Amino acid sequence: MNSDLYLPAANDRNDEPGIIERTVLNEYKYGFVTDIEADEAPKGLDENIIRFISAKKNEPEWMLEWRLKAFRHWLKMEEPTWANVSYTPINYQDIIYYSAPKQKVNPANLDEIDPELRRTFEKLGISLDEQKRLSGVAVDAVVDSVSIGTTFKKQLAELGIIFCSMSEAIREHPELIKKHLGSVVPITDNFFAALNAAVFTDGSFCYIPKGVRSPMELSTYFRINAENTGQFERTLIVAEEGSYVSYLEGCTAPMRDENQLHAAVVELITMDNAEIKYSTVQNWYPGDKEGVGGIYNFVTKRGICKGVNSKISWTQVETGSSITWKYPSVILKGDNSVGEFYSVAVTNNYQQADTGTKMMHLGKNTKSRIVSKGISAGFSNNSYRGLVHVSKGATNARNFSQCDSLLLGDKCGAHTFPYIEVKNNTAMVEHEATTSKIGEDQIFYCNQRGIDNETAVALIINGFAKEVMNQLPMEFAVEAQKLLAISLEGSVG
Amino acid sequence: MLNIRNLHARIDGKNILKGINLEIKAGEVHAIMGPNGSGKSTLASVLAGRKEYEVTEGSVDFLGKDLLDLSPEARAGEGLFLAFQYPIEIPGLSTTNFIKTAVNEVRKYRGENALDAVGFLRLMKEKMAIMNIDQSLLSRSLNEGFSGGEKKRNEIFQMAMLQPRFAILDETDSGLDIDAIRIVANGVNKLRNKDNAVLVVTHYQRLLDYIVPDFVHVLYNGRIVKSGTKELALELEERGYDFIRSENHIGEEVK
Ligand SMILES: Nc1ncnc2c1ncn2[C@@H]1O[C@H](COP(=O)(O)OP(=O)(O)O)[C@@H](O)[C@H]1O
Ligand SMILES: [Mg+2]
Repeated sequence: MNSDLYLPAANDRNDEPGIIERTVLNEYKYGFVTDIEADEAPKGLDENIIRFISAKKNEPEWMLEWRLKAFRHWLKMEEPTWANVSYTPINYQDIIYYSAPKQKVNPANLDEIDPELRRTFEKLGISLDEQKRLSGVAVDAVVDSVSIGTTFKKQLAELGIIFCSMSEAIREHPELIKKHLGSVVPITDNFFAALNAAVFTDGSFCYIPKGVRSPMELSTYFRINAENTGQFERTLIVAEEGSYVSYLEGCTAPMRDENQLHAAVVELITMDNAEIKYSTVQNWYPGDKEGVGGIYNFVTKRGICKGVNSKISWTQVETGSSITWKYPSVILKGDNSVGEFYSVAVTNNYQQADTGTKMMHLGKNTKSRIVSKGISAGFSNNSYRGLVHVSKGATNARNFSQCDSLLLGDKCGAHTFPYIEVKNNTAMVEHEATTSKIGEDQIFYCNQRGIDNETAVALIINGFAKEVMNQLPMEFAVEAQKLLAISLEGSVG
Repeated sequence: MLNIRNLHARIDGKNILKGINLEIKAGEVHAIMGPNGSGKSTLASVLAGRKEYEVTEGSVDFLGKDLLDLSPEARAGEGLFLAFQYPIEIPGLSTTNFIKTAVNEVRKYRGENALDAVGFLRLMKEKMAIMNIDQSLLSRSLNEGFSGGEKKRNEIFQMAMLQPRFAILDETDSGLDIDAIRIVANGVNKLRNKDNAVLVVTHYQRLLDYIVPDFVHVLYNGRIVKSGTKELALELEERGYDFIRSENHIGEEVK
């Protein structure tokens, strides 16, 4: 018997039995609210609020100074308007910048996590119980402005891996934080990054020491719960020489008629021969069918391949948010370094996504690969925006970009904005783009075989997105495939 | 099993089927022949439930049910299968995964449990042997980059997997060489039994040497203008469609 007929081959996971089961869900599954008392700052933003946040977190003076510097710079900046999205202006004085569920802050023992919060995460499919985890995935759980607990810290610490909340890192590992925080995304980088630097409240810190391969996936689960709050988290991952880590983030939020702002910053650093694989399954509340409510997701993600032969790979599955503005990028500084960007962005109803990447080739023999799959339905707008930059010294740089768009229906939009800047004539830069529609004939073909419209669409889009989905860690691939199908529910037939 | 009465259908305001009457009983094989554009694929599409076609008159009874009232997937669940004249490609979706989904959706429709991986594999192995089909083909994206012959073989393989009560083969022979025709016909014959029926749409008499029909019908300009036994197919082969044209005095309606 040849078993690869039905066992998932490494490169063909869509064949895993039962993945595309018909999922009957009529609404956003994660839209509930946890009823828990919160410790909140008053609405609005000024230096006092920043001092309040910093004090809440028992931060050292240098951190407060860093925040204030960012804030003062932010005041002089203007919100960017170049993205292909439109939204009602954000009133930055109408947001609560700090909201923490009332429980023992950062409990040393996971048993001390408030049972209500524990149940919240169970409902989201995330177990904070180390015994219950089948596969090796360590989780940092962030609710609104604070981390409520991190699993497997001890086991990881035995290998010298630091995996903790950003607040804890600032207190416990100030030298590492001082050295790296803001070194990839400076506080002046852009409007949202400056805002984040001023008011960020938590996030995760991962440090993988020299020569260590993390034995488990590290992950952070971001949950927005409180009303009128914004979530501003910062993640920093440092992979020392010869180390490897695979990291995953997930996110959800309650259904509300108001828009909520999420402005995160993620920085990745790889030294010689190190590799970071960063995967995102973004499922913030997308708003309702009429486009009311939903998360404004303005995120700056950037990695630097500092060392030779190092590699940073971004994989993202973007299904949520009413507005998505994010461009996970790689600065290819070390010779022979490799940057990858694999993206599936799904927009339905009135969602708008403007997402893509920047690959900055600085070192010699640097390579980058971009695979972007945009799926648009309803009245949504889905744009790919990417820059491939090859600087003068980047001899023999190679880039390959593939940007495919799939349209469901004729009221949605798909756009590609590829920018290419080449300053070295040994570079080879290839760009391919396609736009297609899910055909009536494809759906009918499936129908004729007994497959209904929704399942047919799930099969077709999972086929379309396969190259990207195959990049996801196995533990998350199944959920992510279901998510694609659910996001497009009601868009056909 | 299938009873078509006075079926009229149109697309984009153009009348294509103009009163089809046809009764097919369990255990029978019927062949429909006719020149290009006479409406053979339209008839197949209407029976399979393609919604672009509008049925303006008539009825179709399938195993005691009003076929025209059912969604295309329900028709498949009831046991109707169409081997497409032009099979559709779905990039990135493996043929195996597609067929597995189809088999289990149809089982679900019939209130049967889904086949597990082992059961599915067993069924697949059995049918692969009958259809002389290679596994490497089945792990490729559905119909993507398949040769004409591979696409047609894949259609019949799917038919074998789904075990329909009533199958329509729309020009499954076109584009096949004689060896491939023999394999396809052999596959179809092995699946025949007293409880199912087949409607073979073809241009050429050739296929009917291998899948021997009980009845042959000539479709011409949206109507069945002549019915007979398999000798009719031979006659058509010899004399072409012109004799139909002259017999029916409808030549002027055909381009
Ligand atoms: N989408 C369509 N719009 C208009 N006419 C169509 C369409 N599809 C098929 N037809 C016409 O219907 C007639 C019958 O076509 P078809 O059923 O494919 O014939 P056959 O299979 O016998 O060759 C032809 O004249 C064809 O041009
Ligand atoms: Mg035809």
